[in-house]
Amino acid sequence: MSTDVELQTSGNIWKVMVQPDQAVAAGETLFIMEVMKMEIPHEAPCAGKVTAVNINEGDEGLDAGMVAVRLEPL
Amino acid sequence: MIDVSKHKVLIANRGEIACRVIRSCRSLGIATVAVYSDADQESMHVQLADEAIHIGAAKAAESYLDVQKVLQAITVSGATAVHPGYGFLSENTDFARQIMAAGVRWIGPAPDTISEMGDKDRARQLAQSAGVPVLPGSQRFATGELDGIEEAGSEVGYPLLVKASAGGGGIGMRLVESAPQLLDIAASTQSMAERSFGDGTVFLERYVKNARHIEVQVFGDGKGEAIHLYERECSIQRRFQKVVEESPAPGLNETLRRQIAECAVNLARSQNYAGAGTVEFVFDDDSNEYFFLEMNTRVQVEHPVTEMVTHTDIVAMQICLALEDDSLTLDQSQIAHRGAAIECRIYAEDPDKMFLPSPGLLEVLTFPQEGEDVRVDTGVRQGDRVTPYYDPMIAKIIVRAPDRSRAIDAMANALKETRIEGPRCNERFLLNVMNHPQYREGKVTTRFIDDNLQALTRNAIEEPVV
Repeated sequence: MSTDVELQTSGNIWKVMVQPDQAVAAGETLFIMEVMKMEIPHEAPCAGKVTAVNINEGDEGLDAGMVAVRLEPL
Repeated sequence: MIDVSKHKVLIANRGEIACRVIRSCRSLGIATVAVYSDADQESMHVQLADEAIHIGAAKAAESYLDVQKVLQAITVSGATAVHPGYGFLSENTDFARQIMAAGVRWIGPAPDTISEMGDKDRARQLAQSAGVPVLPGSQRFATGELDGIEEAGSEVGYPLLVKASAGGGGIGMRLVESAPQLLDIAASTQSMAERSFGDGTVFLERYVKNARHIEVQVFGDGKGEAIHLYERECSIQRRFQKVVEESPAPGLNETLRRQIAECAVNLARSQNYAGAGTVEFVFDDDSNEYFFLEMNTRVQVEHPVTEMVTHTDIVAMQICLALEDDSLTLDQSQIAHRGAAIECRIYAEDPDKMFLPSPGLLEVLTFPQEGEDVRVDTGVRQGDRVTPYYDPMIAKIIVRAPDRSRAIDAMANALKETRIEGPRCNERFLLNVMNHPQYREGKVTTRFIDDNLQALTRNAIEEPVV
């Protein structure tokens, strides 16, 4: 079963820290949104392996709830 | 006397403040030029202005913050003066200098004043020499140079704040509770400041536990004369940003009130300050001491609070000074403070999710009926999209009443008349602030929101029975 990390709000992608196949720890920052002058980090809810990254640095105007990163829990 | 109607003011900003400046220009009979990014093509400020010039992409760095693009718009439009609003380029010395070098009037203080007050450490020194009390603080520490910072920390005393010299608006400061945390927090503040401002220099400053934020609106003629337009209390803050402001400051006795205002005027005079400025103080609610925090060299978001209680138009005053219109006279005895005014900032954010920004389409947007004692400053209308590119503040509601308690009631009513659907906004949260017993008593410090977060967010607070 995979775990989806969704965008908490609509907005832009500032930084993406992970790529597919990368192992991440629980709480590790996966990517950071930049919305209304605020940086909004999104963290891994559990330890796992990144199976999909659907966002790119510089993406603009994405919708809240979009699946940004998919993890396969370890 | 200069005929102001021969002038044309370009507003180097967007949103509510651009609309606000256009309104004053119109009342003075001055033509206006708006600038806009890709995201703002249909915006209210673009439609209100006499002319509008596109200056680039949605990202602020490629439009509203791009000095060359704004300068180009000035040339193309033939604007004779520039109002920078707040934020964006309003405190950019280089921008102000280039405008003046082009023979265009800068509606703001001298570039040297902006740069000196923009450097917090230098501003502290200037305040001190003007006889304004400052918080105990340290020397500066450049990036990577933390030698002696632990000794400096002990001298200032804990808890203390690590502050970036180039920071502002609550960005670039960190709280240090005790000595063992100091080195780590100082180093991370330096690297954050280096990334955000291109300058990692930090200094240390005493942290006042029960602090109130009180500020004084000043106005100078640029030749050494200055007046004040009384104080504003701005203690209701989240993430070091103001949410509710009011005047007068509740519970402040007349002696202190006069002393603080005099300090602010002395600082403005010492700098030959030109135009509108705000001197911010930390007020220690335990000791009744007050200390200089910073001086903002521009019009403030919350200036309408002052306009309501003093019956002035601060933006019009700024314009008249810059255009050398001699109808402007600065006379302290002409400035009377009457009644009480409160401003609430409407933010597109979710108070239930730690104020997470919430862009989106404004499907429903209804503000209270404006009148003599109710004012709404906004830059959006129903059907507009609140984009992720800029500040989440979409409107300010300002009310006036004969006294504070009636002003609170008036604000509560105004908030109840406000309906917003689409982006999550903070109108219910603000209503809870108005109905909170601690706020009603006027016993607020800058920790008010943090201390009462649960009561202010989850459910509606019952209106007090009078």
